Amino acid sequence: MTAAAAPGAILPGRGGLGGALSDAFWRNPKLLLFVMLTPPLLWLGIIYLGSLFALLIQSFFSIDEFSGLVVREFTLKTYGELLRPSNLDIIVRTVTMAGLVTIASAIIAFPIAYYAARYAKGRWKAIFYLGVMLPLWSSYLVKVYAWKLILAKEGILSWIFAKLHLTPLIDGWLALPVVGGNSLSVSPTGTFLVFVYVWLPFMILPVQAALERVPTNLLEASADLGASPRQTFSHVLLPLALPGVIAGSIFTFSLTLGDYIIPQIIGTSHLFIGMAVYAHQGTAGNIPLAAAFTVVPVVIMGIYLWLAKRAGAFNAL
Amino acid sequence: MPHAVTFQKVSRHFGSVRAVDAVDLEVEAGEFFAMLGPSGSGKTTCLRLIAGFEQPTSGHIEIFGETAEGVPPYRRNVNTVFQDYALFPHLNVADNVAYGQMIRGVGKAERLRDAEAALEMVKLPGYGARKPGELSGGQRQRVALARALVNKPKVLLLDEPLGALDLKLREQMQEELKTLQKALGITFVFVTHDQGEALSMADRIAVFNHGKIMQTGTPEEIYRRPKTRFVADFVGSSNVLSPAFTRRLGGPAEWASLRPEDIRIGAEGGHEARVTGSSFLGNATRLTLDMAGEKLTVLLPAGSAVPAPGASVRFSWEPSALHLMGTET
Amino acid sequence: MRSDKQSRTPMGLKIAAGLGLAFLHLPLLLIFLYAFTTEDKSYQFPPPGLTLKWFAVTWNRPDVWEALGLSVRVASISTVVALVLGTLCAAAVSQTRFFGRETISLLVILPIALPGIITGISLRSAFNLAEIPFSFWTIVLGHATFCVVVVYNNAVARFRRVSGSLIEASMDLGADGFQTFRHVILPNIGTALLAGGMLAFALSFDEVIVTTFTAGQQATLPIWMLEELVRPRQRPVTNVVAMVVVLVTFLPILAAYYLTRDGDQISGQGK
Repeated sequence: MTAAAAPGAILPGRGGLGGALSDAFWRNPKLLLFVMLTPPLLWLGIIYLGSLFALLIQSFFSIDEFSGLVVREFTLKTYGELLRPSNLDIIVRTVTMAGLVTIASAIIAFPIAYYAARYAKGRWKAIFYLGVMLPLWSSYLVKVYAWKLILAKEGILSWIFAKLHLTPLIDGWLALPVVGGNSLSVSPTGTFLVFVYVWLPFMILPVQAALERVPTNLLEASADLGASPRQTFSHVLLPLALPGVIAGSIFTFSLTLGDYIIPQIIGTSHLFIGMAVYAHQGTAGNIPLAAAFTVVPVVIMGIYLWLAKRAGAFNAL
Repeated sequence: MPHAVTFQKVSRHFGSVRAVDAVDLEVEAGEFFAMLGPSGSGKTTCLRLIAGFEQPTSGHIEIFGETAEGVPPYRRNVNTVFQDYALFPHLNVADNVAYGQMIRGVGKAERLRDAEAALEMVKLPGYGARKPGELSGGQRQRVALARALVNKPKVLLLDEPLGALDLKLREQMQEELKTLQKALGITFVFVTHDQGEALSMADRIAVFNHGKIMQTGTPEEIYRRPKTRFVADFVGSSNVLSPAFTRRLGGPAEWASLRPEDIRIGAEGGHEARVTGSSFLGNATRLTLDMAGEKLTVLLPAGSAVPAPGASVRFSWEPSALHLMGTET
Repeated sequence: MRSDKQSRTPMGLKIAAGLGLAFLHLPLLLIFLYAFTTEDKSYQFPPPGLTLKWFAVTWNRPDVWEALGLSVRVASISTVVALVLGTLCAAAVSQTRFFGRETISLLVILPIALPGIITGISLRSAFNLAEIPFSFWTIVLGHATFCVVVVYNNAVARFRRVSGSLIEASMDLGADGFQTFRHVILPNIGTALLAGGMLAFALSFDEVIVTTFTAGQQATLPIWMLEELVRPRQRPVTNVVAMVVVLVTFLPILAAYYLTRDGDQISGQGK
């Protein structure tokens, strides 16, 4: 090409389908956008949102008590059923658990995130990062299984308490109403511990991200203005870390609300929302009630996300 | 010989913003052409219209007599040196320079030989194996230049090419760019907001403001005979005199431009004014004068006596220094 | 005095952070110990003895191999689908400014942000309504839906680094859209896609909640484990499988970390 006679200012096209398509995309960038967005939008918009919407619709159907078949007529009867005391119990129990798990996760996560964000340097930073990432990504079921081993009557926790002659402490705790049970692995305490363990990394990462975004000179400015380290922490660092905590709480709260496996494996026979959904759609075959139950976490999360957005938590995600 | 670049009533609108507004422009083949203006004046959009990154909303563009609108950038024999250099971070310097020829299907040995030659031309011989990340700002700039020039474009576009360099390097590169352009005979169109750069490098300058060209001309014309208040003020920060003030100074009732270095301070003759401030610039001293509420800036050559602020002085100028710009604008 | 406070780590913080990390890792280490225990009837601690025989027993279990095979196939296909959809989405969102890009981001994140049980039951009831029988593909459908987000997150972060002027530079030098994609975009986002793909694989390989709704009678490895958790029959085999699963998921995570560490970090929110 270089040896050819001097080319003009406008070169010929490459030709072929590729050249023509490329020219078309350049002339009309919207066409390219359309081509790029169609497959994901078809998949997520039609398959996923479509399914969600179909589920929502079914919550307005009801079930015929005699035949057990779904009656496809608009009714609020199923929602009436949802508000029965026994079902309200389930909702209150789940939301309380989600709240407690979120608070506990935030308390345990903060020092880890704070250390990793402000003190860990170089190699230690990488170790902390992987130290959170590996548990986050390792198998959910294996993590639950590990706690089944830990909390079992013959397991490591009982063994440690026995060695320390503290067995009465466990027995006393298990004898308490509400939180107690036959053994740790069939008590709400056990369920709570496993939830905190499994969702903790989801709290650490956004809090760490938020803390890392606090410029050091802001802390120096606070110190320079005469604030003690404690005052700097509570007046500067904590407010700035709050969006991260809220972002993390979206995960811990939402994940706890929808989980049905952990309370099934480690916990009492009292139902959580997820278990109720599973039971109603499965053995009971009451899809409308199951659908109505799923609307509860969606509505709760909707309100939660709206509040979080107002608090500016999405920038920390 | 057709013009290198011709704009006929070219407009580019972004929504309601008229980035380029009915611009007519002719760049001669083989000249070093500068587009000068403040940020947001439409000069960069004009450059992108020539490169093909933008399409005109209306109007007609020709490059060496061939219609350019509707032609994508990869089919224009025009290359660009980007403001941020835009070197490909995953390729080494030689492959960066050889990229254009690689796309055109030139064999590996030949294109690498050409790349090395181009690197020699920009005084970076033997740098081919390095990654762009290992180079200094000035070196990256040279690589970007080599990458564009190796394709022997009909027009080379430079977008604020020296903006990121420090002063000393910038002056050196100005010199080199000019020499290179004269040696290669390629049409250079470069965009800058630095009037000094435009004046010292370009054969001709177009001054932009608000999407329009205010004036096109040689550096001398632009500097000595600005057509509008904007040009007078933007190029060399002249004293722009209102018609009333011009009359008070003994001229006609027209807008006028009076260059600060053309004003002389003396004990006698001329007009009287009060010194309100002075600042030392190294090779000169800048005085600000107040004449009954009207402000004037004066540049005193190094070594002159500098009157103290508050002092009363008399000032005058050569009659040819007062440049009249009409009653409008 | 102030600079002292800056540079020295408070002891209490050190201890709290260390305890937190220990809390995260000790349970996983316990899994490793139990894989070697001689006890096969209970979860007794400390193990009465150590043995390697359960590895051989597990090796010869066809149901474990079957479940593993299904999981690997599902994860592979889901990863490929997620790579295509996630990359397209990321490219569209980051290369162009258009009305509704926030909505697209939200749509991609939704399958992860909503509890898995909602995704699961929605898909299941949609399959019922459309009378689609459960199959390999119904599992893939569910998995690919929530895997898109990890690829998307990784790709979006990297696309942001491939500045618009690189693409313009390539076109300026004569490369059309496809050549630019091949010679400039792909080499620059390649490692991010690889990392995203590995995380998507790990995510799919481990997923259980959505899978219980879309698998019908088929058992992926997590489904197999879930059954063992609900009704323990083969404790030693479960112990060994659990340990292997931990090891197998660590590898892609470490690889993804090393692929993306100089620059953007792998996004941790995708699970």
